[in-house]
Amino acid sequence: MSKKSEEYLINRRDNQYEVVIGLEVHAQVLSVSKLFSTSATKFGAEPNTQVSLVDAAFPGMLPVINEFCVKQAIKTGIGLNAKINKRSVFDRKNYFYADLPQGYQISQFKDPIVGEGKVIIDLPDGHKEVGIERLHLEQDAGKSIHDLDAQNTFVDLNRSGVALMEIVSKPDLRSPDEVSIYIKKLRSIMRYLGTCDGNMQEGSLRADVNVSVRKKGSKEFGTRCEIKNVNSIKFMQMAIEYEANRQVDLIEEGKTIDQETRLFDTKKNETRSMRSKEDAHDYRYFPDPDLLPLEVSDEFVNKLKSEIPELPDDKKKRFINEFKLSAYEATILVSDIEIAKYFEEVVAKMGKNKDMKLAVNWITGELFAVLNSKNLEITQSPVSAKNLAILVNLIKNGTISGKIAKTVFELMLKNDEDPQKIVEEKGLKQQSDPKALEELIDKIINNNREKAIEYKQGKEKLFGFFVGQAMKASGGKANPQLINEILKKKL
Amino acid sequence: MTEITKQSLTELVESIKNKKLSSSEVTKAFIERSEKSKVLNAFITEDFTSALDKAKKFDQKPNLDLKLPGIPMAVKDLFCTKNVKTTAGSKILNNFVPTYESTVTENIWSEGAILLGKLNCDEFAMGSSNETSFFGNVQNPIDKNLVPGGSSGGSASAVAGQLTPITIGTDTGGSIRQPASFTGTVGLKPTYGSCSRYGIVAFASSLDQAGPMAQNVKDCALLQEVISSFDVKDSTSIDFKRNHYSKDLTNNIKGKKIGIPKEYRVDGMPKEIEDLWQKGIEYVRDCGAEIINISLPHTSYALPTYYIVAPAEASSNLARYDGVKYGYRANGENLIDMYEKTRSEGFGAEVQRRIMIGTYVLSSGYYDAYYLKAQKVRRLIKNDFDEAYKKVDAILTPSTPSSAFKIGEKTNDPVSMYLNDIFTVPVNLAGLPGISIPAGHDAKGYPLGLQIIGKAFDEQNILNIAFAMEEKINFKNKITDWWIK
Repeated sequence: MSKKSEEYLINRRDNQYEVVIGLEVHAQVLSVSKLFSTSATKFGAEPNTQVSLVDAAFPGMLPVINEFCVKQAIKTGIGLNAKINKRSVFDRKNYFYADLPQGYQISQFKDPIVGEGKVIIDLPDGHKEVGIERLHLEQDAGKSIHDLDAQNTFVDLNRSGVALMEIVSKPDLRSPDEVSIYIKKLRSIMRYLGTCDGNMQEGSLRADVNVSVRKKGSKEFGTRCEIKNVNSIKFMQMAIEYEANRQVDLIEEGKTIDQETRLFDTKKNETRSMRSKEDAHDYRYFPDPDLLPLEVSDEFVNKLKSEIPELPDDKKKRFINEFKLSAYEATILVSDIEIAKYFEEVVAKMGKNKDMKLAVNWITGELFAVLNSKNLEITQSPVSAKNLAILVNLIKNGTISGKIAKTVFELMLKNDEDPQKIVEEKGLKQQSDPKALEELIDKIINNNREKAIEYKQGKEKLFGFFVGQAMKASGGKANPQLINEILKKKL
Repeated sequence: MTEITKQSLTELVESIKNKKLSSSEVTKAFIERSEKSKVLNAFITEDFTSALDKAKKFDQKPNLDLKLPGIPMAVKDLFCTKNVKTTAGSKILNNFVPTYESTVTENIWSEGAILLGKLNCDEFAMGSSNETSFFGNVQNPIDKNLVPGGSSGGSASAVAGQLTPITIGTDTGGSIRQPASFTGTVGLKPTYGSCSRYGIVAFASSLDQAGPMAQNVKDCALLQEVISSFDVKDSTSIDFKRNHYSKDLTNNIKGKKIGIPKEYRVDGMPKEIEDLWQKGIEYVRDCGAEIINISLPHTSYALPTYYIVAPAEASSNLARYDGVKYGYRANGENLIDMYEKTRSEGFGAEVQRRIMIGTYVLSSGYYDAYYLKAQKVRRLIKNDFDEAYKKVDAILTPSTPSSAFKIGEKTNDPVSMYLNDIFTVPVNLAGLPGISIPAGHDAKGYPLGLQIIGKAFDEQNILNIAFAMEEKINFKNKITDWWIK
């Protein structure tokens, strides 16, 4: 683990600037149907095949709230340690665009379903609390496709009406790295809850990034710019870095920063002005008269609370206490619910006499290396948790050495074969019979009389030579510990 | 036997059930009369061929247990009808054919009724005279120079002119009750949440409500029974126990307490209206009801409140008509240009006026002063009624401050046009049921209506009061069939 992480500051002449970042994360609610209609939400369907009359805003069509999406939002709120508002209101956000069929987006403006909360993020030198301002439900818009035809824009309404959770953080983040850790933590929590799949490639998770800078030590916030719709962590980091430096340069030149909305150009790696505050849309928010205020009872919320699984922070604490893992190990293992599940299954399958350290090392070492090189998720692991547990146990009880285990592991990758079977079939079992090993060693000492004498005279380096000879004679299968013991006795 | 088109719905249902008449005969009679009545311009879309086919099919296998067995009827062109053009009286939807059916019309067809066609109305139901329709104004069967009222002007004209035995309209600020009053017919605006808004082209979502229009109270009650239903497709639909309004209809209103709100005695109200109201009071008293003077203190704020809330919602509801997905599209240099041309060519002047007002009152910086304030006043208006209903069972008022006015008389004076809704608008703001019944004539022989306002979900009570009054009033509409040569 690295030592205390350095503060992220931008230096110009004698001035040091701190970067202040707040995020508006748009997380697609994991739900088979849309927020106000029964259309499907499957990713990658043919354009305009998942569109109902409601989604396309035909005359006289009315929205009807999908209760499942409400539950998902509340669960997420609980996962963010946030206040659940028993009464929330859907508002219309009015603007014209070709992929917005109603001419307004149904969102929550004044009264969101979830209020203030917090997320703990793990930093190299400890942890930090990031405040959550609010979470609200809203509809996604459709998609305008401008590059299919020189004259026309095509519109795909499959996404129109899909439920999104907008999760607004407080301006508590101070570096691109913190943003990365925050997003990953948020995604982890939602995956634990099953409320968002967090798939950034498919657009299930994207963010508007608010960036401002101020001289180190200043209490006042600087003027912020909002970078719209960034859809990868890497781009967020790049955008923040560019934007913060741009703002610092402006200040250094004695210029002022305009509050504006900007776009991140991923090709040129720069942010560009999209519209200034003066050009900002007047969205004419007002409560949607087609929908009644959303009211949830304590009972409803409590029922959902009882369905919340163990979340990463609690799981981490338990791993440290129960399994005696280090904070670092526990953080890695709980970062993704599927990894945590895999680990816990390995633990369960190892039985009573288990070596937790060894298991963690094998998962985060050999297994992760394989997954990385093959670009696989843990759920696609070629080695099942059960067989990895058996392998770890074989090492622990001395049946094979750690070195042989690596050979066995390689063989397991093909068909998730039982390591026990591999060891038996390939005759890889460690030689641990003291009598046989004594005979073997006697033979080696006899064949190397002179070297044995030199050793006794004090040339202790030669001990390694005898170990090597013994291992070689056994074809690598001799129990190294026993070899050591016998050699010490005999020499 | 009486001429078919002169029969009430109740009589026609009787005749079909007793097999004195077939659905085909009835349908044909209304079609023939409609063919001769084109000058009224009540229809935007006629669906006569299909109606005759359906009638024939009905007659081959008549299900006489239905509430509207083989009854032909036309509906306001604000209800989406599957495979039949639905325009909302606007150029912007001139080519729009829905693939779906509104819940209210679905309810009607599933009780055996047959669609005759779609009736003219003010564009997007914005108007009080049916003069804002892209398809031209409608004439009042009472007199060719008179407007039929609006926005359900085509509906009122068609019922009064006997082109349809009954119809449905929509009422956002008086659009059923005012035209009913102008044409000597009966119109009910149900409690908000009683009839589903699913599939009705929206004007102002928090105020819109579909309702029946008929020649008498009993027909109105029967149609209300058919169209009112709880619908999960409309989040503002309310699940309450609905009466069998026609079966439960009674003229016994003895002991009912009827409130007379002093604030409805507005400045400049013609003496004829004042007299009519007095007569109404006598009638209910004669029926054994008790008259109680009440106060609805915030009445004078209702109209300004309405003209903030309704345009605000409309400006947003009409944003979907942008030329992108369906309806009229003008060619443009780019997206914005296309929007601007589509909407300025596709919408008429009154609709544009209300979109502008609505956009203004919702814009940041004005929202609190207008929209938010209007919502607060709306609450006060509702509280006024709640207070009053602690003392009374229903409220009696005139339906309109005057009888039908002349075509073109108010088109250049929107405010004087808006004032027409002064007695009906508070009812929509409070979400209550209100019914207008014909109660007399003015000096020119034009019909005048009285309005009975009920407690929420108490349609039965106001229908009963209207039923009892109807008997006493014994109103005869003076229609000469002047338009039939």
